[in-house]
Amino acid sequence: MSRYTSATDADRKAMLDAIGVDSVEGLFAEIPKAVRLDRRLDLPAGMAEQEVFEHLSQLAARNRHSDEEVSFLGAGMYDHYVPSIIDSILQRSEFLTPYTPYQPEISQGGLQVMFEFQTAISELTGLPVSNASVYEGPSAVAAAGYLAKLETKRGKLVASRGLHPHSRDALVTHAAGFGMKVEEAALDGEGATDVDALAGLVDDDTAAVFVQQPNFLGTVEELGALGEAAKRTGALYVVAADPLPLGILEAPGSFGADICVGEGQTLGNRLDFGGPSFGFFAAGERFLRKMPGRIAGETRDVDGKRGFVLTLQTREQHIRREKATHNICTAQALNALAGVIYLSWLGKLGLIELGELMLRRTHYAREALGLQAINPGPIVREFAVRVPDLDGLFERARAEGVNPGYRLADTYPEYGDGLLVALTERRTKADIDRLAALVGAGSREGAAA
Amino acid sequence: MSVTLDLDPRSEEQTLTIYERSVEGRRAFVAPQGDEVPDVAIEDLLPRSVRRKRPAELPEISEPEIVRHYNGLSKKNFDLDTGFYPLGSCTMKHNPKLHERVAALPGHARLHPLQDPEYAQGALELMFNLQRALAEVAGLPHVSLQPSAGSHGELAGLLLTRAYHEDRGQHRHKVLTPDTAHGTNPATVTMAGYEVVKVGTDEHGGVDIDDLRDKASDDVACLMLTNPNTLGLFDRNIEEIASIVHEVGATLYYDGANLNAVMGISRPGDMGFDIVHYNLHKTFTQPHGGGGPGAGPIAVSDRIEPFLPRPQVVRDESGNGVGPVFRLDNDRPKSIGKLRGFTGNFGVFVRSYAYICSLGADGLREASEMAVLNANYLRARLAEEGVAEYLPIAFDRLCMHEFVLSGRGARDKLGIKTLDIAKRMLDHGVHPPTVYFPLLVEEALMIEPTETEPKERLDHFAEVVRSILVEAAQDPEIARNAPYTTPVRRLDEAGAAKRPVVRQGGGGNPGDPAEAAEHPAGATGAV
Amino acid sequence: MAETYPEDLKYHPEHDWTRIEGEEATFGITWYAQDALGEVVFYDPPAVGATVSKDQPYTEVESVKAVSDVFAPLSGEITAVNDKLSDSPELINSDPYGDGWLVKVKLSDTAELESLLDVNAYKGLLSS
Repeated sequence: MSRYTSATDADRKAMLDAIGVDSVEGLFAEIPKAVRLDRRLDLPAGMAEQEVFEHLSQLAARNRHSDEEVSFLGAGMYDHYVPSIIDSILQRSEFLTPYTPYQPEISQGGLQVMFEFQTAISELTGLPVSNASVYEGPSAVAAAGYLAKLETKRGKLVASRGLHPHSRDALVTHAAGFGMKVEEAALDGEGATDVDALAGLVDDDTAAVFVQQPNFLGTVEELGALGEAAKRTGALYVVAADPLPLGILEAPGSFGADICVGEGQTLGNRLDFGGPSFGFFAAGERFLRKMPGRIAGETRDVDGKRGFVLTLQTREQHIRREKATHNICTAQALNALAGVIYLSWLGKLGLIELGELMLRRTHYAREALGLQAINPGPIVREFAVRVPDLDGLFERARAEGVNPGYRLADTYPEYGDGLLVALTERRTKADIDRLAALVGAGSREGAAA
Repeated sequence: MSVTLDLDPRSEEQTLTIYERSVEGRRAFVAPQGDEVPDVAIEDLLPRSVRRKRPAELPEISEPEIVRHYNGLSKKNFDLDTGFYPLGSCTMKHNPKLHERVAALPGHARLHPLQDPEYAQGALELMFNLQRALAEVAGLPHVSLQPSAGSHGELAGLLLTRAYHEDRGQHRHKVLTPDTAHGTNPATVTMAGYEVVKVGTDEHGGVDIDDLRDKASDDVACLMLTNPNTLGLFDRNIEEIASIVHEVGATLYYDGANLNAVMGISRPGDMGFDIVHYNLHKTFTQPHGGGGPGAGPIAVSDRIEPFLPRPQVVRDESGNGVGPVFRLDNDRPKSIGKLRGFTGNFGVFVRSYAYICSLGADGLREASEMAVLNANYLRARLAEEGVAEYLPIAFDRLCMHEFVLSGRGARDKLGIKTLDIAKRMLDHGVHPPTVYFPLLVEEALMIEPTETEPKERLDHFAEVVRSILVEAAQDPEIARNAPYTTPVRRLDEAGAAKRPVVRQGGGGNPGDPAEAAEHPAGATGAV
Repeated sequence: MAETYPEDLKYHPEHDWTRIEGEEATFGITWYAQDALGEVVFYDPPAVGATVSKDQPYTEVESVKAVSDVFAPLSGEITAVNDKLSDSPELINSDPYGDGWLVKVKLSDTAELESLLDVNAYKGLLSS
């Protein structure tokens, strides 16, 4: 008997008798012999809990995590401080172990969480309706593309090169199924989306235009001007946003965004080597019945008591099937719970305070490093600079337990010597000064050579 | 704002949202103080055009009250750690607590996805090992862990199918799905740019072979199946099905939602499937989280391998005898590309990997055997007199890990529908089965106990069902108006759909000018 | 509302009714259809001027748990849609033959009338 089952020999016998079958093997009689596995699975034997723990600990020990280095690595996921109340609330069985609230009478906790989450996302994005989560950022961008296809029936998507490379990639991958092509709008010489280049690509066959805020290089984009260019021929304007800086950045909804999506990891979720986190999806009112995923709505019960239900389910796959607005079923409910707890913990003023703190540190860091900026314009939490000897910097930094950031050459070959530096509230002035010193050591070495 | 706190769990006070609990000026967050950079005015750093004008109306509440609020909400949820949860098609098996401990290890939880692979060898090895184990369970050699959920895996499977056909210069337009298919299957077909063609079910509950033969053509890209199917029945004709599909050059796709029935017993790769997706939140114990996170990895045959998403986790033998080196391989010219950011829901991989390590080869097989034993036992209990005439089984044969009853007997003889039975179950402290699915069965009840339930819980559930039927024979109104003991009773779902209120402060009549003036759409979301 | 099928209407096997007034007709769904759907929560009318074809779906009606295609009993051009249903889609349930009408159509081929069922034939279909 394994740890998680309980059938004793006596249980088994009693059950087999009730079924009217001689043995457990007899339950599988209908499986043709040709497709029966006639050997044991070629996997190691099972282990005791203690042994599994030791094995997983050994694997974990071979990773250098964000508490073990001073890291300026961002590029889509950020080393923020996750408050301990999130850990304790998420570990509650009542949040951790149920499934989707198909029976609302016994799921009011989960449904109200969704409602509160939807509200928070709506507030951040400045758009009236939000769903209860999608998987994560890049696939949320793809989901917006699908909505644009269903809504406009047009054939083309235009995406700024400022979108995260994974978002652009996921959009292209999904678009192959939508039967749409994706065209890329270039960045200008200052690392912002080139408005004219974008405008030039927008035509009558454009279903949606995608811009990221801040963009991958950390540039704060001019969403108003980009929105005007995007919507000129009736395409949908989609902004992919990092939600945390929306405390200090104007909401995409205010610039006419039809849809705002994004990666929610910065809101109370761990790095977890890339997932799970959550994606958010907010939109203008007219898209409510076209949105993907679960949506919680407020209502009353037969006694007049306030309550919440999954609403507009006829959009979803379990009812609408081939005409569903998306195929999503399981989403990221637990991670969205972390998100709304985090936003409650920061609060209305704390979100602004945190944003301003990151803003100041980011600007201080750019100045302190003294390197040539790839995107000299406004930034809020991340920026890109040219580093004369990038390999040398990484070597020196690693030796001191510092991770300087993301090498742009990996996905932006045009910035071959580029480094993307991210700041969070965990990176202190001393940390920044240390990075600056490491950079400076390089230029001193270079000068001395 | 009222000062008195009413602690009755059924009172209105207890349904206040966190926004309604907010009081201006309260907060939880304290910004880290020490070692600050020089103060600069925000106006000097951000031009006015991009600065936020009106703050987001987030809660203003103290930390202890945040905890009270969410604790209070949690108490209104029924959950798997509390009781029996036989939700068919979801495999609500026990979520081991060890998994939370290992997932929280900082080496896993605090690892950045773009960390230099040299410093992420533990993570990459874990993923590689998980891939290998999943490949062995499915009998298909090449695995990608990237898809975020079952639906995402299904989409990956059809995008792979498309890439495979187009690579051979073929443009096909149709995908076949049985009429018993889970809704995600046809929804995925449309998202992948194909047309759904339904295949019928025969009198034994399997695919109608003649119908399949009729519809299989060289315009068919794929047949999506699950085996056992959503009726909980193993399709004995699977080899012939595979043969028909392959003869027209189509791919055969396995929806792994029902894998819990066959681990170590039969493998989809051996049945002839080309592409399989797994639901780690079903078969492999990732907690369901109230609706995610999950993960939907895929396994494919050799001919589909070139098209797998990138990157792939690969193992190189290192030259200097130190041992294998794991890395992410992006050099995949025929790859369909990325489905999402980074490499997938790693936190989920940690838990599922721990499960596979715990159970091992024999344990996984035993899990499936016990899942099938438990289901058949419960089926036998519910086939007894006093139940069977009201809830006849849809297909009277040995089931696998789940089975489907029809509530038509109860409807015709007692005047209560499956919905009413489900709602009355809530008063008995059990979660109802899946209801009204599959569509093929009238008033369907889809029951999947899973292997982690002890016999007495199954007996108790059978008694609950029996007692609801007995009660309905006396007075059907009781079930029709159930539940009575839950935090709320039946809710007005029609009202919620007609006039959706999907955020705090939203709602009011659409098109009401006074409402619109007070709540401009950009700010407070009147719908 | 009790189950009823007015005598003066013609019926289509997909549970739609039509009231003929010369070359104009009004369409709607029958008591059986609205009962099967449950309470209607949403109806997005087709556009005035759009063409409808006999036996083809021309719009959808949504309840909480289902979406139903609505089939045109006859062919023609839509001349009017029932605006009241945007705010009160439940009229389709409470008054399916009156205030719950869906569209008015200028018929293009009155010969199609012959294929429709009269009330007895439709009732016969329902009981089979």
